[in-house]
Amino acid sequence: MASKVIQALYNDDDILMHAVKKVRAEHHHIEEVYTPFPVHGLDKAMGLEGTRIAITSFMYGCLGLAVAVVMMNYIMIEDWPQDIGGKPSFSYLDNMPAFVPIMFEMTVFFAAHLMVITFYLRSRMWPFKKAENPDKRTTDDHFLMEIGIHDNEKELADLLWETGAVEVKVTEKES
Amino acid sequence: MYTFSNKLRIGSFIAMAVGLIFLGIGFMSAPSTVEEAKAMVASAHDGGHGEGHAEEVVSHGEEQGHGAEAAHDTSHDEHLLHQLQNRPWSALYVAAFFFFMIALGVLAFYAIQRAAQAGWSPLLFRVMEGITAYLVPGGIIVFVILVLSVLHMNHMFVWMDAETVAHDELLQGKSGYLNPTFFLVRAAIFLGGWIFYREYSRKLSLAQDEATDNSNFVKNFRWSAGFLVFYLVTESMMSWDWIMSLDPHWFSTLFGWYVFASMFVSGITVIAMVTVYLKSKGYLENVNNSHIHDLAKFMFGISIFWTYLWFSQFMLIWYADIPEEVTYYVARFQDYKLPFFGMLVMNFIFPLLVLMNSDYKRVNWFVIMTGIVVLLGHYLDIFNMVMPATVGDQWFIGLPEIGGILFFGGLFVFWVFTALTKAPLQPKRNPFIEESRHFHY
Repeated sequence: MASKVIQALYNDDDILMHAVKKVRAEHHHIEEVYTPFPVHGLDKAMGLEGTRIAITSFMYGCLGLAVAVVMMNYIMIEDWPQDIGGKPSFSYLDNMPAFVPIMFEMTVFFAAHLMVITFYLRSRMWPFKKAENPDKRTTDDHFLMEIGIHDNEKELADLLWETGAVEVKVTEKES
Repeated sequence: MYTFSNKLRIGSFIAMAVGLIFLGIGFMSAPSTVEEAKAMVASAHDGGHGEGHAEEVVSHGEEQGHGAEAAHDTSHDEHLLHQLQNRPWSALYVAAFFFFMIALGVLAFYAIQRAAQAGWSPLLFRVMEGITAYLVPGGIIVFVILVLSVLHMNHMFVWMDAETVAHDELLQGKSGYLNPTFFLVRAAIFLGGWIFYREYSRKLSLAQDEATDNSNFVKNFRWSAGFLVFYLVTESMMSWDWIMSLDPHWFSTLFGWYVFASMFVSGITVIAMVTVYLKSKGYLENVNNSHIHDLAKFMFGISIFWTYLWFSQFMLIWYADIPEEVTYYVARFQDYKLPFFGMLVMNFIFPLLVLMNSDYKRVNWFVIMTGIVVLLGHYLDIFNMVMPATVGDQWFIGLPEIGGILFFGGLFVFWVFTALTKAPLQPKRNPFIEESRHFHY
């Protein structure tokens, strides 16, 4: 379904920040802001929720730890029992000090890689994905704010011009 | 200006008094003859305290290489007597060193902030200076205990006993370094250097408040950088002298770092706890929760650093399994299971899980609760470093140990908070004070 959106371009991040605050103060819902670089404090100004990626990171770390324990137990104890450091105990617990570095590395490996993959998927970025960027100037020196239109095109356009936009346009957007 | 609350002052006096009584009972009840020592152990065994007698012989044989079997029984009894006599001394020493090391850890943290010209921390400088004030009494007490050990008031350091050294070739080889005179000279140099830096830096810090330029600040920066070089060398040597030499046959090359990590994390924890306390009383109004967050991040990070060093030391020795090295851990695994593994839970797993979440690092009571556990854990860490060498399997956390904690804890609180009343809690003219006031994460 295609929806109508209004897009305002800015050429300065400070002006953008003020514009975002003003638009929010007027109770319009900002759908997205495209910037050439990360703007400090923009997420708070837009009212975005805090990220939950830390929680996934913790879960992936636990998964990595579990994989390491199971893997080392299978490889070094069950499948081909190893005499580690001249201590042929053949028990996972007694040989654990030797496995701690692997347990640590696997925890970090799983947490880091799966967290990055999660981040990409959550940001809806995957191979061969067509860029969502509506205006290529936002990859250079312009900032773009996108607001959905609900029969208030004129009002929104006036507001955006007022906030210091250098360009305001209305387009159809595939969603 | 901070005024020492009466409640806290009275509390610290009560802790000191109770601690002294407990320590006194500990010293009074220590056996003075072999017969008394044997009777004490026998009655303890009857009371259902069925510790294996064989273990004693094992750890005993490791500590001193006695040859003749005939002399074994009497020397064993004498050894037991020495262990029991050592117990109140060790309890005193562990607690004295623990609180001294908190002040020293804070001093290192303070010097790093100065040398790095950190922008976030100047608001906390007076808190740190207050804690490092304990360096003077704490250092003197530790020094006095060391002097008393040299004077054979106790048997904590076996290498101080000329008789033992005469029968021990390894100790003879080390005696060029490990002899009572040089030992005390070194201790005096370490303490002198640390106390000098502390007093001088404090003087410059106070002078900066009244100054019209930044010359005191720059001087402080230079002295702090110089101090850190001195500190890293002397702290390492101090850990060999004061702790590692309790097991004079055993050595670990990263022992200095390991002790450093312990004192660093304890020191940072105490900074956080004192800051939260002062804030709860309405002082330090410019300290915000980002400062607490940063201190908690350090608590979290250095706890993991401590575990890393603990494990690095353990794993290499465990892997190689060389008899003269591995005895250190055998003694701890056999006789110190609970404090040894309990310490790992308190110093690693607990802060790891509790302080991992970013939001929790800003919750004051979370920081205090974690801080208490971390401090107890690092007391146990020092306990595990000292006790196996001095009292062997005759350890117990009873009156003398608790008394030591109470006495030195009370003295620490009294001294630190008295020092805090001496100067305004917020430095006036530190060039970074504005940055520190606006610090946010």
